[in-house]
Order: sequence, then C-alpha cells, then structure tokens
Amino acid sequence: MTGESTNDIVLRAQDIHKTYGDLEVLRGVSCELARGETKVVIGPSGTGKSTLLRCINQLTIPDSGRVWLGDTEITCKDCDINAVRAQIGFVFQDFNLFTHLTALQNVRIGPMRVKKMDRPTATRLAVEELERVGLGDKAGAYPAELSGGQKQRVSIARALAMFPQLILFDEPTSALDPELIGEVLEVMISLAKEGMTMLCVTHEMGFARTVADEIIFMEGGIILEQGAPDRLFSNAREPRTREFLNKITELYGE
Amino acid sequence: MDTILHSIWPIVRDGLPNTVLLTLGLLGLGLALGFPIAFAQVYGYRPLRWACKGYEQFFRGVPALVLILLLHSGLARSFHILLPTFASGLIALGLRSSAYQSQIFRGAIQAVHPGQMIAARSIGMSKWQAIRHIVLPQAFRLSIPPWTNEYSSVLKDTSLVSAIGVVEMMKKTMLLMPTVQYREGAKWILMLLIVAALVYLLLTYAGNMGLGLLERRVRLPGFEMTGKVER
Amino acid sequence: MGFFEFAADILPRLLAATGVTLEITAGSMTLGLIIGVLLALGRVYGARPVRWVTNAYIQFFRGTPLLVQLLIVYYGLSPYFRMAGLRLSPLVAAIAALGLNSAAYQAEYLRGAIQAVRSGQMMAARAVGMSRVQAIRHVILPQAFRLVIPSWSNELIYSIKYSSLAYFISLSELTFVGKKVALNTARTFEAYLVVAAIYLVIVVIVSRLLTMLENRIRIPGLGVSRAHR
Repeated sequence: MTGESTNDIVLRAQDIHKTYGDLEVLRGVSCELARGETKVVIGPSGTGKSTLLRCINQLTIPDSGRVWLGDTEITCKDCDINAVRAQIGFVFQDFNLFTHLTALQNVRIGPMRVKKMDRPTATRLAVEELERVGLGDKAGAYPAELSGGQKQRVSIARALAMFPQLILFDEPTSALDPELIGEVLEVMISLAKEGMTMLCVTHEMGFARTVADEIIFMEGGIILEQGAPDRLFSNAREPRTREFLNKITELYGE
Repeated sequence: MDTILHSIWPIVRDGLPNTVLLTLGLLGLGLALGFPIAFAQVYGYRPLRWACKGYEQFFRGVPALVLILLLHSGLARSFHILLPTFASGLIALGLRSSAYQSQIFRGAIQAVHPGQMIAARSIGMSKWQAIRHIVLPQAFRLSIPPWTNEYSSVLKDTSLVSAIGVVEMMKKTMLLMPTVQYREGAKWILMLLIVAALVYLLLTYAGNMGLGLLERRVRLPGFEMTGKVER
Repeated sequence: MGFFEFAADILPRLLAATGVTLEITAGSMTLGLIIGVLLALGRVYGARPVRWVTNAYIQFFRGTPLLVQLLIVYYGLSPYFRMAGLRLSPLVAAIAALGLNSAAYQAEYLRGAIQAVRSGQMMAARAVGMSRVQAIRHVILPQAFRLVIPSWSNELIYSIKYSSLAYFISLSELTFVGKKVALNTARTFEAYLVVAAIYLVIVVIVSRLLTMLENRIRIPGLGVSRAHR
C-alpha cells in the first residue's frame, strides 16, 4: 500500500482464505511484519497456523488474499515464485534436510543452484552459516548422522545462506526431544536479537516472551487477538486467549 | 562324460557372446525407454500418464515369447519387414524390459519423501531443479535393488530368443543335444542341460555381485534402501 | 475381412488351446504351493542342513532360466522315466517344471511373509503356552498367508504367461497353437495379436478377481509391501 510505510514493512498478508475440502482453515487472516520484528503465532492445533505460513511463501496457494514482500506483490499470476521463495526462508517441523547431501552440501546447494554462486564462494558461505548455528564441525555429516536438534540447526543455516528478507518457522521444535529443543531456541533467539525478521508458529512461550515483539493468537481460522507478550500474558482481552495461554504455560512451562 | 566337458566350451564360445550382448542390450534399451516413461508417469499430464499405463499393462500382460514371435514372424509375413533375428529379440524383449523398468523407476521416484521436494521449492528451486538435484539422486539409489532383480530376469529371458533361431547359450545347448545323445546316450542330456544351467547361474551371480558393489559404492549413511516397488 | 472378423475366425482353435494353458497354470501353481510351503517352513524353522538344502533349491530355480528347467525335466529326465517303463507326457513335464520353479518363488514370498509376522507374535503365542508347532500353525501361518496374497497373485500372473514356454516341448497350449494358426495365414501379425489379446484378457480378469479377493479378506493393520519377481 502506498504512503504508509515508515517502518519498512517487510511482509504484508491481506485477507488470506484457504479451504481444504469442506473445512475453511483460514477465514480471512491478515498480518504485517516490519523489518527486525519477531512475531509468534500461537493457537490450538488445526487452526491454520502452518497453513498461513505456507500461504505466505506460496507452498500452498491461498484461495484468495494477497501477500506483499516489501513493495512487491507476490500473489500475482506471473510472479516468479522461485525468486520470491529465495528471499523467504522456511524452517520445517520435520527439518526436511536433503538426505543424500552432507550438512555442508545442504546449506550450499541453494546459493549454488538458485543464486548461481560459484562453488568456492558458496562453500565458504555455507561454512560460515554452519558455524553461526554452532555446527562448523559437522559440515561433512549426513542428516542421518545428526541428532534432531542438529538437523534443525542445519536447516536454519540452509535458510540463512540464502540471505532471506525474513524467515518463517513452522513449529521448529515440535518434533524434537525435550533436551534438544534448547539448542535450536538459542539459535533462534540470537537471530532475533541480531535483527532478523521472523514469523514463528510455536508453543515455546519462553522464546515468545524473550524476543517476540508481538504474539498472534489464532483460533478457528481467524486471528482472535494479538499484542505484545507482556500485555497478553497479564491482561488478555479475550477469555479464549487467557484460557489458551494458561493451558500452554501449564503444559510447556515458561 | 567326455562330450559333456567338450560341450562346455562350445556353449560358452558360441552362445555366451550373444547371451551377454542381448542382456546388456535389453537392459540398455529398457533403461533408455523405461526412465522417460517413468518420468512421464510421475510428472506428466493425465493423457500422457494414461498412455504410459497402457504401455505398461500391455507389456506385462503378454508373454515374452509371444512378443518375440509377434515381432519376428508377424512383421515378416504380414508386412514383409524381415528383421534380423537378434534385432527382433532385442526389440521385443527390450520393450518388455522398459515396461518393467519404468515401474522400478516410478516406484523409486515416488518413494522419495515428498518433504524433500517441498524443502527444495522452499529455498527457491524450480520444479526441474528440485527434480534434478534432489529427487533423482535419491531415486537412483532406491532403484538399484529392484534393478538388480531386473538384470536377473532379463538374463533368463534371453533364453527365449532361441525360439527364432538366435544362437545364444540356450540355442547352442539345444543344438548340442543330438550330438550328446548320439555320442553318450540320451541319459547324458540331463548332464548337458545342468551344465548349461550352471553357466547361467554363474552369470547371475557375477551380475548380482557387480551390482551389489555399485550399491555399496553409492550408499549413504542412514539412507533407506527400502524402495517399496509396487506392481 | 476386417480384423475382428479374422479374430473371430481363429478364436475357436485358440480358445481350445487356452484350456491347456489354464490346465498348466492350475497344475503348476498347486504343485508350487505345496512344495513352496514346505520349502518356506524349512528355510525359516529348519535345522541348518535343511536350511542349506532348501536355500540351494531356491537359488538354483531362481538363478537359471525356466526354459532350461523345462528341458531338464522333459528331455533330461524322460530317458530315466523310460527306463522305469513310464512315459513322461509334455503336459506333466510342463506342470512339473513350472511347478518346481514356482515353488522356489512362492517359498521366498512366504518366507518374507513369515518373517514379517514372526517376532512379537511368536513370543506372545509361546507366552500363552503354545508349543512351537502350535504357534506356527495357529498364529504365524494364518497371518503369513494373508500377507503373501499380493505376491502370490503376482506369481499366478507370471505362471499364466510362462505357461507359454511349453511351446518349446510342442505342447498344444495357446502359444504353440497360436504359432500354427499364425503361420497358416498371411495375416500372421494379426493372428499373434489375437493370441496376445487373449493372454491380456486372462491376466486382467485374474488380476481383478484377485484384487477383489484381497479386499474381501483384508484385516486392518495387516499389510506388507509386495515382493518383486
């Protein structure tokens, strides 16, 4: 939208609708991310949180609604969606590391094949990113040889290597054993503090309270409430929000 | 017994070359056709997929022997196209192998976890890039075990081209049968045939070992070799 | 004459021969089943010498061409039969050779199925107090037989097609008679096409029937991936 941007809006999603079969999973969701902001999306399972993320980078095509990356609309028909995706990082719940490639090759392949970087430069970059997530020594390991937490960190490195404008995290720690969650959250927290723009679907309230600029509560396919973590935790407007936050804190701790 | 021992060499000398050539040729032709067909079946439009399915059904429902006769006698007498016997055998069985191999590759491609493709797209790869760099390398590894099976099948099927006169190991053995009968007596035919069988067995093992070596060389830690091939 | 009229013309002779084809298939599958079960049990539960012998059998019959096996039975063994005053008919030879061959494959499929069932079920059966034999009979095999059906169906289709090898011993099954009919006319290609069509029809019908059967006796949660011939 012209005129309004003072704060350098990186992502804007407007009125996203998505139906699967008879179920309308997203019933008109809109949100906005300014550069450097970290927002956390929470809500009961099946409320379309993951779907929202996938609609943003068009891994799932929304039925209606528009998305802008910076000033460019990315939901248009002739958009080069690959170029768009190269600018949006995505971290999956199931990691989805390329099983036939080492950690280094996993991180390197995006810059090499999509951005057409030459091999030595791409390799250097990959090593840097792996070290950034604390896995410099595991460059030659295959995914099968890594723990869950390590795999997820490699997948974050893979996203970072593309120098994205923002990163979408789809329940990054839900598939991990409890002891391994910490190492991933550490990386995510330091990314947020370094100023990365992030949109995360997660249950990790500790993370949210530490770095989130805003928490978005979704239920039934719409955003029920959103606001700064402190306000939501102490003084949420909607009863459902309060209920959910209490349940979450009970289950997952602070 | 003497004649038997003297038969081993002729079987190998006169029959083995064609058997080996045919086997390699069939596998090659089957691969050259089978892979594109598998690709079309997984990634192609519906009418294309349909056509491939029909192709597969035909070559898996008709006996190899009938295909050989169809291609050789049939073409010769109905259309006056007389192919050399080796070529007829090669084409008939090659087309057949392509139908089976397309199955193998299709199964392998589909066995690659869908998350791999999704992840590839998420970093901005185009569909083709994803297929080329992520899906196919994995599918290749998954297809080696069933392909080893196909090697064995193909080797054994080469014996069928003896029906149209190609002198490979089976035909050579059959040609030697009267000699053995004459020189040693009918009871020794059994021995001759067992010898021929053993040569095939050796070839099967040799091939299996070679392919097993290949499998080990391209193996990756933790990579699932459980390619579920569907019939 | 159009193609279909031509086909109708030669069909009677071919259909009569198809009967022989089906005879061969039925006979060899039955023989294969009986021997296959014994081989599989030997392979899984037998003492070492038993396992060795059954393994050798399976390796031989899977590693050598069916045609060689057929000739071994028909040309190789008939002198010995004649010595005993018996005559080995081509039909019996075909059924025997195909049956022995099929047994090797059926044994492997069944072995896979048994092993897919084995561990926890056997332990549970013994824990309840069953003897090993009882466990095999009442717990393992019933499940194994269900698991093996897809592979067995595969094998049946295979048998239908490879009954055509009886051509080599001049048995009047579909392919042999088909050749005679085909060479009797100038329309050889079409004649063979009809032969091919008959096989196709049989295979498709049998496949459908077997799929229906599979679905009928399916138990939720009990399944295994198909073995490859």
